[in-house]
Amino acid sequence: MKLFEAEANPDIPELSPGDSVRVHVRIVEGSRERIQVFHGTVIRLRKGGNDASITVRRTASHGIGVERTFLLRSPRIEKIEVTRHAKVRRAQLYYLRGRTGKAATLKERRRN
Amino acid sequence: MIKGIIGKKVGMTQVFEADGRVVPVTVIQAGPCWVTQVKTPELDGYVAVQLGFEEVAGEIADERARQRKVERRLSKPERGHLGLLDGDQRKSLEQSVPALRHLREFRFESETAIDGIQEGQQITVDVFDTGDRVDVVGVSKGKGFQGGIKRHNFRRQPKTHGQSDRERAPGGISAGSTPGRVKKGTRMSGRMGNDRVTIQNLEVVVVDADRNLLAVKGSIPGAKGGLVIIQPSKKQRQRV
Repeated sequence: MKLFEAEANPDIPELSPGDSVRVHVRIVEGSRERIQVFHGTVIRLRKGGNDASITVRRTASHGIGVERTFLLRSPRIEKIEVTRHAKVRRAQLYYLRGRTGKAATLKERRRN
Repeated sequence: MIKGIIGKKVGMTQVFEADGRVVPVTVIQAGPCWVTQVKTPELDGYVAVQLGFEEVAGEIADERARQRKVERRLSKPERGHLGLLDGDQRKSLEQSVPALRHLREFRFESETAIDGIQEGQQITVDVFDTGDRVDVVGVSKGKGFQGGIKRHNFRRQPKTHGQSDRERAPGGISAGSTPGRVKKGTRMSGRMGNDRVTIQNLEVVVVDADRNLLAVKGSIPGAKGGLVIIQPSKKQRQRV
């Protein structure tokens, strides 16, 4: 009964923590609509129908970390591309927040 | 067509508007309801429509088992009222109305409002449209015996400055020798919750006629599975 009102976006592949993703977001500026890409690492994945969300972390200029949370069922998400999978041993990668430089990189895991 | 329906709270979720805005909603299993009685000034002294909700033992296929369940769930006067007793003058209702668990009345100002409403008629969620403003009546969750802070939004006393064990005490409840008593109705600790509560002016966000579901913006009183009454917003009605 609670599964009412849930429509998955077909342009979102299966995601897992540690994935490097490019999130294409629709942004409305006044009357104009454009698409912005947010590129980073999935550090948190939350399931749950309409409430499903991911938190993506990227390191912007000067080593400043930027995190953005996206609602996966939102019509504002155009599509998500996965560019890389990484070897991770936990579901929430909050430990990346305390790290900078090379320490904040994750080892790639190839899927065959 | 009258507007008003009985339902059950399913739970809360959030839905997306076309532009991507997120709206918090409460999902209600609303209806189908049946008109079980029409009250008129001549007979009853006031105008109202009585609706019934939720079929008793509708899922039981076996006729005799269903019969037994209905007899256990509904008293004899209730069964008579729904036309389930042989030889009763309301017997004809049985054709159009199943055995119903809940009955609630909706009052109207004048008879013109209930023109054309007949006993046995079915009322479904599609009496509401998205964008309608509704009032939702339910019974709030029982909180048990609560102190003044939770129950009446009293303020807490200081935690420091020599204070000990009076942080959540109510403080003074009256003046002294004059009047020499505590006024009736003074707010104190006691049983909280389990009250009839109306939330006014909620927006209808989704109407799903196929599944008899309704989603209203915001929260409504009561636990999941609690009975709620949905009717057009009183304040909107006055404005029209």
